[in-house]
Amino acid sequence: MSDAALTPTAPTRIASWVVICFLLLPLLVIVPISLTDQDYLSMPVDGISLRHYANLFTSREWLWSFTQSLIIASISTLLAVSLGTLCAIGCWRLGNRISEAVRLLMLLPMIVPTIVYVLGFYRLLVDLKLLGTYLGVIISHVVTGIPYVVVIVSTALASFDLRYDQAARSLGATMSQSIRLVLLPNIKAAVASSAIFAFIHSWDELLIVLFIAGRSIFTLPRRIWDGINDKLDPTMAAVATMLLLISAALLFLDLALRKRES
Amino acid sequence: MSALQDAASPGYLDRAPSQLRRRRFQLGDNAAFYVLIAPATVLLLTFYLYPLLQVFWISFTEPKPGFGNYALLLSPSVTRVALTTLRICVITTVITVVLAYLVAYCWVHAGPRAQRVMLLGIILPLWVSALVRAFAWITLLRRDGLINSALAGAGLIDAPLPLLWNEFGVVVGLVHYMLPYGILPLAASLRSIDGSLMLAARGLGATRGQTFSMVYLPLSIPGIVASAILVFIFSLGFYITPALLGGGRSMMITEYISIQIIEVLRWGLGTTLAVTLVMIIALLLAVVSRVLDLRKLFGAK
Repeated sequence: MSDAALTPTAPTRIASWVVICFLLLPLLVIVPISLTDQDYLSMPVDGISLRHYANLFTSREWLWSFTQSLIIASISTLLAVSLGTLCAIGCWRLGNRISEAVRLLMLLPMIVPTIVYVLGFYRLLVDLKLLGTYLGVIISHVVTGIPYVVVIVSTALASFDLRYDQAARSLGATMSQSIRLVLLPNIKAAVASSAIFAFIHSWDELLIVLFIAGRSIFTLPRRIWDGINDKLDPTMAAVATMLLLISAALLFLDLALRKRES
Repeated sequence: MSALQDAASPGYLDRAPSQLRRRRFQLGDNAAFYVLIAPATVLLLTFYLYPLLQVFWISFTEPKPGFGNYALLLSPSVTRVALTTLRICVITTVITVVLAYLVAYCWVHAGPRAQRVMLLGIILPLWVSALVRAFAWITLLRRDGLINSALAGAGLIDAPLPLLWNEFGVVVGLVHYMLPYGILPLAASLRSIDGSLMLAARGLGATRGQTFSMVYLPLSIPGIVASAILVFIFSLGFYITPALLGGGRSMMITEYISIQIIEVLRWGLGTTLAVTLVMIIALLLAVVSRVLDLRKLFGAK
């Protein structure tokens, strides 16, 4: 729509770009800070230095947190994506009251604040003696990650023509053959995209971990949280920059997936 | 649209009872599909819904059964936190929606290249951890942060401005966090407005300003409501940014709840506040669902 009645005026356009800069610049500012040659958070003074990155990559604590987060997020993603995708397919094919109720249930974790859920989950883990265990953390990341998968995969399914599935079945394919050979190849971009979401969801999750992780589990978000509250040094900026790069890489991966799909 | 897709649509529940009954007789054929949804559903019921109900239960039973915890909601410390939360959330929502409207409007009516660049600007922050974003704001806003040193270096201020660990810092961080959530539903709504209506208005002699305020703006009200409600609800329940940028001074409800549990071990009050938070959100959504499709709002459709 490029007609004169709708084109924004120049001042409006400039103002909107100012808002875009407000969104982006604060994120980008951590990059030069991570390259500072000083020992405190500041812009580089006499040139850039990589020693805060050297600190980061030789710090046993940071590397351990990175590994823990990677393990937890990978396992959670695998589980959330497989269970969520199956659930989305089931709901789509059933299309009855029960599947409606399941879809409503899936909306809950997106609406209810995590602080509310974590109180009850903490008590449940106390009862199950799972406080401070990987299993406890992974369960929480799976159940809060499944809804994203169901929503993303359901959207893709809504545009898939059911007759392909019916044709496969009438030609003698079993249900699992039809799902594997006909349905999944058609929604694989959405499944991959949901995996990225589920991964980020677990990778960034802080509040649940703060409550239930005990002393042994120090995921990356928890280590950053402690760092911000205790000592603000440029190593933090190096960590933040690395995370920024990872987020950007995943975003571009997701955009590429969606582009290929359409 | 095929029958099953149709059945999966939200209007399904309003269907004629005879159709429902016929479908129920087919449940046996669908056994395999129940097997597909069972694992995820059972997990969510056991490890999500049950703990959530437990929170309700605790609020009525600890330290002793009854409504004692709910009476505490009127105590001065709780009302102070509630008012701070409400004030910060309302200010955040108003600023966010105004800025979001501006961006969404320009985004929707921009050329294809500008649209791609703006899309990146809008969704990249969405993908960056709230912790990283809060950290970025801390480096900018603290006493010896980049903004204060730049202003002092330029000779504009004598003493550092108090930008962080107060309500100002929280609102800046929250607006930054919430803007993408405000922009996306608004843009979707603006995209669905029929451009020929504006042309008609112009053709009938309306000025640009009149066309906007009397035709375009009223048509975009559903989008504004959707965006505002989403931002308000997310702000109410958000923990990380207020806790880090507020520095314990302008404490909001979520941080207060976590202190009740972690530091003073008052589970009764903590869960009661949590239940109240959920009730407020449910109430807001119930009101809004009369004008909006909630599944659309949360991306489920």
